[in-house]
Amino acid sequence: MQSLSNRKKVLEQKPMNFWERIYLPAIAKGLSITLKHFFKKIPTIKYPEQIRPYSKNFRGQHSLKRDEEGRERCTACGLCALSCPAEAITMTAAERQKGEEDLYREEKYASVYEINMLRCIFCGLCEEACPKEAIYLDGPHVTADYLRKDFIYGKDKLVEPKIDLVQLTQQKSL
Amino acid sequence: MEGAFILEKLILVVIIFTISLVIAMYSTLAERKIAGFMQDRYGPDRAGLFGLLQPLCDGGKFFFKEEIIPAGAHKPLFIIGPTLAIITACISSAVIPWGQNLTIGDRVVTLQVADINVGVLYIFGVIALGVYGVMIGGWASNNKFSLMGAIRAASQSISYEIGMGLSLIALLMVTGSLSIGDIVSQQSGFVNWNIWVQPLGFLIFMTCAFAECNRVPFDLPECETELIGGYHTEYSSMKLGLYMFSEYINMFVSSALMAALYFGGYNFPFMYDLGLSENWITIIGVLVFFAKIFAFIFFFMWIRWTLPRFRYDQLMKLGWKMLIPLAIANIVLTGIITIVKDTYFN
Ligand code: SF4
Ligand code: SF4
Repeated sequence: MQSLSNRKKVLEQKPMNFWERIYLPAIAKGLSITLKHFFKKIPTIKYPEQIRPYSKNFRGQHSLKRDEEGRERCTACGLCALSCPAEAITMTAAERQKGEEDLYREEKYASVYEINMLRCIFCGLCEEACPKEAIYLDGPHVTADYLRKDFIYGKDKLVEPKIDLVQLTQQKSL
Repeated sequence: MEGAFILEKLILVVIIFTISLVIAMYSTLAERKIAGFMQDRYGPDRAGLFGLLQPLCDGGKFFFKEEIIPAGAHKPLFIIGPTLAIITACISSAVIPWGQNLTIGDRVVTLQVADINVGVLYIFGVIALGVYGVMIGGWASNNKFSLMGAIRAASQSISYEIGMGLSLIALLMVTGSLSIGDIVSQQSGFVNWNIWVQPLGFLIFMTCAFAECNRVPFDLPECETELIGGYHTEYSSMKLGLYMFSEYINMFVSSALMAALYFGGYNFPFMYDLGLSENWITIIGVLVFFAKIFAFIFFFMWIRWTLPRFRYDQLMKLGWKMLIPLAIANIVLTGIITIVKDTYFN
């Protein structure tokens, strides 16, 4: 039957000739190939001593950002959760009380913010959805753990640590 | 036989024993390193400089592993198996001449443990015994994979012993002696090496040696993909270690044998033209001999990481239908050439 694509090739199996049957030339050829590899440059990166440079847009663990005054930026609008294709994000909103202005930037904030790292596919859509520039996937690799519950990262792991900006600028100017 | 003679031989035995164990140990590392380089990676390089302590770590691990003897196994035979394997592997090096005579004071020391006049036959006997270790171990494990491996080992070594023996007969026709010491001393210099008169015989001998050592592409008794571990499936701890050791010692001894029988052993080119004293020639000869052995060991490993394993029927076909007829043809050819040379060119 004619093939539709016209790309079918009929392979013919010829009987082996004398040199092919005694194998030795083929073995010699194989040996030369392995020997060539013996002297090749080895692409291995010796990990703990050498670290492969990461790509600039590498997406690692999420971090919830703070603004210049050290207040949490997230306003618990839920857009990240909505955009998340893996449904990895959940949160509970709360209202900012009086005297908490130095903690939260907006009047509404997330009292609970959890990402299930087993669900997350590190697509970065949450980062793109956020109107407050509050979430970025700029952390390290998410490490292995023993229990499923330990993969649900709460605010304790996500919110970036407070940096004393005054001290930092002083250090830099030194 | 005076005491000094016995002492001298005893020291030699201990040295050779130690050397073969150390070489077997470091062959494991070399194997992994060579495998690594041939597959574009480094191989073990964490334990010590370049991984040089790796064999020690592996040995230590073997000693501390739990020793399991399966409930259904035949206990005495299960223990005899690896013992026999390692013993036969170690005693076969006794007839190999490592070097010429060394003159210490007024004593002449021969660097060969026993120059028996049927050295070649002795080697054959020991090699034939070697398969018992594998067979007994495989049978005693009471495991079908082990049994399969043992059966394969037995039939494989029987088949290839014939080819090996026949290829050696042609060599013996050329050398006219069964003593390995004589065979080696006949090949002094470079042009007298037996490889130049017996290239086909060497090829057959080498193929059979690969098969006798159960090395890839003839490692059907082990054959991880089909038989899990073959004859040593049930073995653990140092008993497994002994099996592996015996495999590497076998490889070392057959490399030595090939170097001695076909590549002139301790002989090297221009050995008498450089004006060196006896002792120096001996010492350099020993080093040269070991260089040849290492080259062969490297070749063993090189083949291992190049060729895939034979199928069992292919193995049998190669042994019975190709190597044995070829070896017989080689004998006939050698005979004709010898007669023609004797009658017309002398
Ligand atoms: S990176 Fe993608 S999958 Fe992970 S939390 Fe953000 S939106 Fe969801
Ligand atoms: S991280 Fe951004 S998108 Fe998600 S709830 Fe907070 S403000 Fe909204």
